[in-house]
Amino acid sequence: MTALSRIPPVTLLLGLAGLALLATWFSLDTGSATITVAEALRDPATPEARILWQLRLPRTLSAFVTGALLGLAGALMQVLLRNPLADPYVLGVSGGASVGALLALLLGAGAFWVPCWAFSGALFSTLLVFSLAHGRGSWDTTRLLLTGVVLASGWGALISLLLAVSPAAQIQGMLFWLMGDLSYAQLPAVGGAVLVLLAATALRFSSALNLMGGGALHAAALGVQVTRMRILIYVSASLATAVAVTQAGNIGFIGLLAPHMLRLGGGRDYRVLVPGVTLLGGTLLLLADALARSVIAPRQLPVGVLTALIGIPLFLFLLYRSRISRHG
Amino acid sequence: MGDTRSAAPALLRCIEVDTDVADVSVTRGLQLNVQAGQCWCILGRNGSGKTTLLHTLAGLRRPAAGRIELDGKPLEEQQRRRVAQRVGVLFQNQDDAFPATVLETVLQGRHPHLHSWQWESAADHALARQALSKVGLTGFEGRDIQTLSGGERQRVAVATLLTQQPRLLLLDEPTNHLDLHHQLSVLRTLLALCREHRRAIVMVLHDVNLAARFADHVLLLLGGGEVRLGEKRQIMETAVLEALYGHPLVRVATPAGPAWLPG
Repeated sequence: MTALSRIPPVTLLLGLAGLALLATWFSLDTGSATITVAEALRDPATPEARILWQLRLPRTLSAFVTGALLGLAGALMQVLLRNPLADPYVLGVSGGASVGALLALLLGAGAFWVPCWAFSGALFSTLLVFSLAHGRGSWDTTRLLLTGVVLASGWGALISLLLAVSPAAQIQGMLFWLMGDLSYAQLPAVGGAVLVLLAATALRFSSALNLMGGGALHAAALGVQVTRMRILIYVSASLATAVAVTQAGNIGFIGLLAPHMLRLGGGRDYRVLVPGVTLLGGTLLLLADALARSVIAPRQLPVGVLTALIGIPLFLFLLYRSRISRHG
Repeated sequence: MGDTRSAAPALLRCIEVDTDVADVSVTRGLQLNVQAGQCWCILGRNGSGKTTLLHTLAGLRRPAAGRIELDGKPLEEQQRRRVAQRVGVLFQNQDDAFPATVLETVLQGRHPHLHSWQWESAADHALARQALSKVGLTGFEGRDIQTLSGGERQRVAVATLLTQQPRLLLLDEPTNHLDLHHQLSVLRTLLALCREHRRAIVMVLHDVNLAARFADHVLLLLGGGEVRLGEKRQIMETAVLEALYGHPLVRVATPAGPAWLPG
């Protein structure tokens, strides 16, 4: 195996922050109307400038916040289940949140209740994976993925059921939302607040997260209150997934891609990984969304399709490599 | 058992401690005083509960009955972080879920001494490098722990423990995966800590002869909760060891002290 990268944390994080700014700029400049940030700043009153400020800006910010939440959720689930293949989408947690959200929509619940239902769905899914995939003492990859896959297909069936009984007028929107779509995204005030809260909490406990990677006993012996920490990670990861799903539907693999790329780039320490994954997750989804808007413009692709197309090969590669390192 | 009544304050004290694992009784009414500068060795057959007892002493599992005190205060009432500043544990096996360098892993030993926002200082790094040199792993700092051999990984765990600088070291088979040379070198390093820096050690060993050579006190788990403990010279008799393992033994005198061969 190759040597581990050792880019200094400050360089890594500054680089990621710079990348996030560039991606934001790119996303604001991209779209069917030809207007750039520079022009919109010069003359903010034109109709094109208003498109940028009132449509592209909320969508861009929303994409960033959603991606950041998914990246964070992935990094947290990986440490909870002690497996670098854990991701809210792969483990069916996003599916649970989607079922919750769809149920709320179908029952005509108010805007406040949709995320609450999604949160319950995510919590319930994580709990199921957590208890079912728990082998003797640790979570072995096979059990974990099997549980996740079965759970995800279970949620898939429930989603089909919900779609079948939904009024025809709602179905188009529901379907698009299920594939992961940021078209209806609004200024992510709540999502942004949740992101800041969760990232700060994760950062506060990041050195304990490092120890959790070595197992519960190892962490406890070095002074971590393991049960409390597990509950905290579990609730945080579920909340991040639920908010991401209510914002943009079912978007997969950001939670897998972002932590993996960071670990490759030298961000193995959770004190770097937590802020890094937030920046990188946001950047990745921003770029994916900008692509989704421009590849077959003026038509738009659901962004979830794009992230899955990029994420699935990586996931399979990781699975292949983990098999080699176990037996090699 | 002169130890339990000795005047020196105990670092770790067990008062009437009962421990069980599954349906097996490990100790009944265990009275144990571990003092600074002592090296205890726990001996017993497979499945007699040596690891369980060690984890109980570390506060990682609750005793079925009785009380364990660290520095005169009940262990379970003390904060985990405060306990970890004084008690270090070496586990039988290490299980790494994620890639990390050797140096990053060894620095984890500083965790109980740092605040949550604090990064390791130059002094912490120096401690970690010193610990790595003590276990013969200088030059391994940047290696991925997931690529190490079993013996190398075990020595990284020992280095992590040295970096933690606990006053009480609880070791579950510290010689696990180690070759002959490193078995002795690791035990010597640990024993030097005990003698020169007045640390205390409680370790589980399978090798009676290593125990006879390095420990000064032994604790025998005889099964059914029955325990014999005290100074090595008083306890480690051929007949006692034969009864412990249920196997005939031959005592041989060596320059390093008595040794036993299976008969």
